[in-house]
Amino acid sequence: MSTPSNFEIHIRPNQSWLGLDVSALWEFRDLLLLLVRRDFVARYQQTALGPAWAIVQPLVMTLVFTLVFGKFAGISTDGLPPILFYLSSLLTWNYHVQTVTLSAGTFTTNADLFRKVYFPRLIVPLSVALSNLIGLAIQAALFGTFWCYYKFFTPAGAHFGIGVTVLLFPLLLLLVAAVGVGSGLIIAASTAKYRDLQHVLPLVVQVWLYLTPVIYPLSQVPARWQWAVALNPVAPLVEMTRYLLLGHGEIHLGQFLYSVVAAICLLLLGIMSFQRTERTFIDTV
Amino acid sequence: MRPIIELRGISKKYRLGRIGSTTIRDSVERTWNRLRGKNGAGKGARSDFWALRDLSFAVQPGETVGLIGQNGAGKSTLLKILSRITEPTAGDAYIRGRSASLLEVGTGFHPDLPGRENIYLNGAILGMRTKEIRKKFDEIVAFSEVEDFIDTPVKRYSSGMYVRLAFAVAAHLEPDILLVDEVLAVGDAAFQKKCLGKMGDVARQGRTVLFVSHSMSSIIALCQRAILLGDGKLLADGPTQEVVRDYLKSTASEEIVALDQRADRHGDGSALMSSCRVEGVESGNFVSSSSRVKFTIAYKSDRPIKHARFLITVYDYTNTGIYRFDSDAVGGIPETMPADGIVSCITGPINLTPGRCYVNLALFRGTAMADHIAQATAFDVEADEFFSSGRVPARETAICLLQHAWSTNEGVG
Repeated sequence: MSTPSNFEIHIRPNQSWLGLDVSALWEFRDLLLLLVRRDFVARYQQTALGPAWAIVQPLVMTLVFTLVFGKFAGISTDGLPPILFYLSSLLTWNYHVQTVTLSAGTFTTNADLFRKVYFPRLIVPLSVALSNLIGLAIQAALFGTFWCYYKFFTPAGAHFGIGVTVLLFPLLLLLVAAVGVGSGLIIAASTAKYRDLQHVLPLVVQVWLYLTPVIYPLSQVPARWQWAVALNPVAPLVEMTRYLLLGHGEIHLGQFLYSVVAAICLLLLGIMSFQRTERTFIDTV
Repeated sequence: MRPIIELRGISKKYRLGRIGSTTIRDSVERTWNRLRGKNGAGKGARSDFWALRDLSFAVQPGETVGLIGQNGAGKSTLLKILSRITEPTAGDAYIRGRSASLLEVGTGFHPDLPGRENIYLNGAILGMRTKEIRKKFDEIVAFSEVEDFIDTPVKRYSSGMYVRLAFAVAAHLEPDILLVDEVLAVGDAAFQKKCLGKMGDVARQGRTVLFVSHSMSSIIALCQRAILLGDGKLLADGPTQEVVRDYLKSTASEEIVALDQRADRHGDGSALMSSCRVEGVESGNFVSSSSRVKFTIAYKSDRPIKHARFLITVYDYTNTGIYRFDSDAVGGIPETMPADGIVSCITGPINLTPGRCYVNLALFRGTAMADHIAQATAFDVEADEFFSSGRVPARETAICLLQHAWSTNEGVG
């Protein structure tokens, strides 16, 4: 930092909130990694099971889904073993939900920090998206274990498979992260202004779950409800997850492109409203 | 040379009243009123508060500037704007260099993480690269004096250790501009001294420091220049000594300490001191190293006092006696004093280092002690130009000041 610097920071009211200062973010890349590390350590530091908790949640959810939706309600899983079906959906869905929820809390959980020191605030939601990848990786290991079991030790193994397309999975995650961070930031900006909205978030997440083909395949959606699912940019992404990992799913190019466009729009809109709020947020807490 | 910090007409407005989140209903109502052409601004304008008004000044590279002013003068708001935590409502500011702000030490410490990890995390939050921190790690740990606990979660630290570690990280930042807000108000005296020393080093390395403090002696020790803010406006800007003197003159209270209610007094009670006041003789109300001091004591009794004797004793914080002003020793008190009255005692220049002094008062009727109040009042001695250099030793190192001259053998023989 001691290098003679000839740059100039101009502080003025109503700074443009459209521009994204990438160089400032890059400057703080070390902080990004340290925050990821902090999140991970702090989340599991004092628990007996540690990171294993990342497995317990999807496992329990999968068992409940298998019982309630598979056995009781008899909802189809596209001919796939229910455990694999739900585990794969939850891979993407959980990552999405955690990213939305945690980035929505950016202002409220970091108010103390934001009051005292300046750094590019976007570092926080970015670190959220990154540190959630750790949980995802643990879940993926769980999924992999079950995948191998079903593939090689059960007759159902003949019904699903994995192709080279699995290599596209990281790209898919990028889209999920964009939707998650984008909508999280929009919620963060709105809750900073209207506290009422923090009660709405869990509701939104709940409804969103049912509008996403997590517990049912897209093929089971009745034609007259297709539009509701089609509006949801996460729907094709979850369906795509199953397609990439299990070789089953209905992929419509149009819907998928819509998802891509929606992800980019949500992210930009999120960053814009976030930066607009960030400027004066501290005066209102 | 271009100023490293430059402010042009910086203003900052806060909304008073229902601070915080608006509710959707409020917003709808406001919008509705606006749409109907009602003037909603009248209501808002009343609760506006200008924390800073049209503030302009420039700081040159290498300057150490103290920001002083009473609470609410706008000092902290200014630092917040300069450190980009909040935005000004109007005006422009230019920061030409890397800046780091210490508005509070330990920002971003995570209680569950050990000291070691918190050093990295906190350093990164303050804008350091991991590489830099690694290079200075040992230095930071040594400065903080918590070597043995570096792998213990900071939540198990004592508050002193916590603060020391936090300041150690901050002290090893090497920005071009350091913005500091009263961080020295923490820790014990020895550590505070160390912190001040470190900040002095930073200043001597040619970095620019903007320092907010309520401690005039720290400001005088560290800064060559001071800026006085009041109600968000710039009231004075100049050499530290002058600005500090102006400030103290304007703020020193004309407070008379009432003693009637003091129950912790000794003596037979046949005469009681009811109030006292300490003030500088020439300097207005405040007392500085070369001030002459005036003590004024009011007393009352049920009958005139024969052979009255007043005794004022001045102590320092270690309870070491500094001065004893005895009316019997110098005279000036008439043989018989009225039952109700006021006496004053004016001293010569007190020649004391900056710091707090405590005052005991006693009143005798002949040889009998009528009234005695320990720590009846206290007063602060502020630094001034006792020596022409403007540098005076700290209270921890000396109590009294004495003029002296140095010479060498040259020219003598």
